[in-house]
Amino acid sequence: MTKTVRNLLLAVLALLPATVAAAPSGEALAFTCAGCHGTDGSSVGPSMPSIAGMDPEVFVDAMKAYQADKRNATIMNRIAKGYTAQQLEDMAWFFARQRLHLVPQKYDAALAARGKILHDKHCEKCHENGGRPGDAGTLAGQWMPYLQHTMDDFMSGKRDWPRKMKRKVDAAIAEDGKQAIPALIHYYASQH
Amino acid sequence: MTKITRRDFIRSAGGVAALGAGLGFPHLALGAARRVVVVGGGVGGCTVAKYLRKLDPTLAVTLIESKTAYTTCFMSNEVLSGERTLESITFGYDGLRRHGVDVVTDTVVGIDPVKKTVATAGGREFGYDACVVSPGIGFKWDAIDGYDESVSETITHAWNAGPQTRILRRQLQAMRQGGRVIIVAPPNPFKCPPGPYERASQIAMYCKYHNPRAKIIILDAKDAFSKQGLYVEGWTKLYGYGSGNSMIEWVGAAAGGTVESVDPSTLTLQAEIEAFQGDVVNIIPPQKAGAIAFAADLVDGDWCPVDKRTFESKRYKDIYVLGDAASAAKMPKSAYAANSQAKVAAAAIVARFLGREPGDPTFVNTCYSVVGEDFGISVAAVYTLDAAHNSIEEIPNSGGVSPANASPEIRKREVSYAHSWFKNVINDMME
Repeated sequence: MTKTVRNLLLAVLALLPATVAAAPSGEALAFTCAGCHGTDGSSVGPSMPSIAGMDPEVFVDAMKAYQADKRNATIMNRIAKGYTAQQLEDMAWFFARQRLHLVPQKYDAALAARGKILHDKHCEKCHENGGRPGDAGTLAGQWMPYLQHTMDDFMSGKRDWPRKMKRKVDAAIAEDGKQAIPALIHYYASQH
Repeated sequence: MTKITRRDFIRSAGGVAALGAGLGFPHLALGAARRVVVVGGGVGGCTVAKYLRKLDPTLAVTLIESKTAYTTCFMSNEVLSGERTLESITFGYDGLRRHGVDVVTDTVVGIDPVKKTVATAGGREFGYDACVVSPGIGFKWDAIDGYDESVSETITHAWNAGPQTRILRRQLQAMRQGGRVIIVAPPNPFKCPPGPYERASQIAMYCKYHNPRAKIIILDAKDAFSKQGLYVEGWTKLYGYGSGNSMIEWVGAAAGGTVESVDPSTLTLQAEIEAFQGDVVNIIPPQKAGAIAFAADLVDGDWCPVDKRTFESKRYKDIYVLGDAASAAKMPKSAYAANSQAKVAAAAIVARFLGREPGDPTFVNTCYSVVGEDFGISVAAVYTLDAAHNSIEEIPNSGGVSPANASPEIRKREVSYAHSWFKNVINDMME
């Protein structure tokens, strides 16, 4: 709650410099992302994540990680390096204000049911409301191939785990073995 | 009481209300919406139509296109390998209609920049407050002796996807075992700089399974090409490039790759040093802006000069030219570039209608090529305006091509990104 208030204040502040400085607006910058991430950040391409409604801090953190080649990117690192910190902030606020439109995906109902139990037990604390847009990365409704790529990167050490996440994932795997990650992915895909 | 009326007014004016509040809407006061006529239903035309309506739902946007559906040239090389059908890259305009765009099937034959009207072959006339021209490319039919529009029905260019793509596919399927495919690549600048090399790759991908002794020769009017290092890496890994048994051979300009004439009866090409005879010949001719750009006097040489801040024509006020036809160096003539430019033009037109200065533009280009099974490569760039030189410049230390010798996992991901990009760019331009 306090974080929401703080974010709203930040949003107001973020608008100020954009109106004064001669630079592309957050909207203009964000429009250039749509060719890969869908109009206003709702992706219809299974390997590209939706970024509509994304928490602005998560967005900026992700882009800074790409700039520093700290994620297993093929292309996003090259693109992220084209923007200033202010521009990333402006884009972040544009996407934070967009409504997320999700596309139904095929998923395995039994796996998804198991995934929900694992999620509630291990992941819900950070990825609140089943992983809907919030303080952590959006999981609910994200495309399965994207989620699979992301988990592959964490598991193979090509992307640093956020604080506590590795412990949580290890616990889920200890509980359900090889099925844990597919179960979680099918659960997130089942939500739209 | 006054407050309620005002609120209702703002609501009726939709998304522009926030921008325009206080300035007044002269066109609304007169009871007539501002009219924008868009010429051409490709990436540039569709995107600008959709985004104009998105930025200002009060605008009357008419898009005029001669075909009832758009077949994308991007991904059409996958039709040649058999990875996808022509139908899977053909899209109707109902999505744009749902956005409130009036889509008219007709051919534009003239634009009167004084009367501000657009005339069509069907005898109709459309008045405009702003006109956006996005006609794509035309071909220089007189560049190669013996090659013209009628010959291209058998010796295809297939550089605007459609019936010619299907003809080329059938020719490849009918080719004798161990036959020879010749692709003639054009000089710069042309639509889709990596396209001829992706085409060679996709044809090799087909031949590897169906005609393993076939050869593909690229005769090129240039000494270098887009993503060359990555293509060579892929060709070496997948098609034996560089070995005596390579499926693909590239003959650059210095090695005599420039083609001077063609004999359609024998499928023989006379290049600078020697003659080449093929079983299937594909000639991608040198290019210029699409026909309407010439009819409407929007060109300077082969392409249309524009103000890079807005994409307004340098030749006539209130006419905007974007996509392949525009002279937009250093942006390449790609789908993503046209999509990016269209949004800059849409925002500039809306600002102009509100009596405001257009904002600073920003551009992105991303282009994927699928070299073979599980082998994708890409190039990306972020651009900014250099207003003093009216040029579009890449932002230093950003962009560039995929890393060389990347892991198989990364190459495979780039293929999935290529296909996801295709879905998103289609969605963003016309759904």
